[in-house]
Amino acid sequence: MQQQRFRVRQIIAPMMNDSLLATLFPLGWQHYLAGGLVIGAGVALLFVLTGLVGGMSSVFSSTWSYLLRQPYFQQARYLDSRGWRLAYAAGLIGGALVWWLAFSDGQALSTSVPVPMLVIGGFLVGFGARLGNGCTSGHGICGLGSLQWPSLLAVLTFMATAFLTANLVGWWTA
Amino acid sequence: MSARNKSLVTGLVALLAGGLFGFGLSLSTMVQPEVVLSFLRFEDWGLMLVMGGAVVVTLLAYQLAPRVLGRPLLGERFHAHVSEWNRDTLTGAALFGIGWGLCGVCPGPAIAGLGTGNWDLLWAIGGIAAGALAQGLMASRR
Repeated sequence: MQQQRFRVRQIIAPMMNDSLLATLFPLGWQHYLAGGLVIGAGVALLFVLTGLVGGMSSVFSSTWSYLLRQPYFQQARYLDSRGWRLAYAAGLIGGALVWWLAFSDGQALSTSVPVPMLVIGGFLVGFGARLGNGCTSGHGICGLGSLQWPSLLAVLTFMATAFLTANLVGWWTA
Repeated sequence: MSARNKSLVTGLVALLAGGLFGFGLSLSTMVQPEVVLSFLRFEDWGLMLVMGGAVVVTLLAYQLAPRVLGRPLLGERFHAHVSEWNRDTLTGAALFGIGWGLCGVCPGPAIAGLGTGNWDLLWAIGGIAAGALAQGLMASRR
């Protein structure tokens, strides 16, 4: 048994050696995979218990329906879902708070991304996600999980423009 | 179940499911725009593992639950994510990517990040809400 395990390690190790893993994931890989599985568990739980599909960007449109009478916001798909979508968003904050209290050093996180980038980038994220009917969770997780090929195309599209933009900004500010 | 109780149950489940989602986003450090930007600059491929892990679990649930259960345990029917490929989806996805590449924030982490005390993200949330507002107003006019 001990010997067998040793042999497996001898075979796997050269393929997945530390340097390759360290190149792809300089900060480690376990927390990424674990986090992804927990995110999936949340989306799966919502679906198995209630049958609802839980993308995240819709809450930004459905919540406006409380305030605005324009026909777009008064669609049934927003009126019928605005309540649970707000609860879903509140849960998002709660879950992150649990992580922060239990597993971090208790320091509040902050970001070095400048405020104008957060606002302008955020605006495009909100506008684009709602125009294209989905974001990283809507198209990325729920769409791909439903084997919807338009979602795959949407993911490839936003990945491409995001790669381009992030690298252009990187060079510009380097 | 009365309609009132039903929406209460749905809300509680959504709260719990959102909790797992937010915990996962924090555990995987996706609530930190810097980590997302390092993926977009090919410095750290972690986001692929996050997305891959989440998609596999979701795929299993979406494909198996309707076949095995017939109907959701506490609901009436399984909804479907239906997406269409048209000009709006293309334009929207492209703009979304530009914004995401600018700030490293997308809707889930923007909200979840507040739970980690990262108030800077309120700027991004304001931007996202304004963007969703502009899109809805434009869609109402055409």
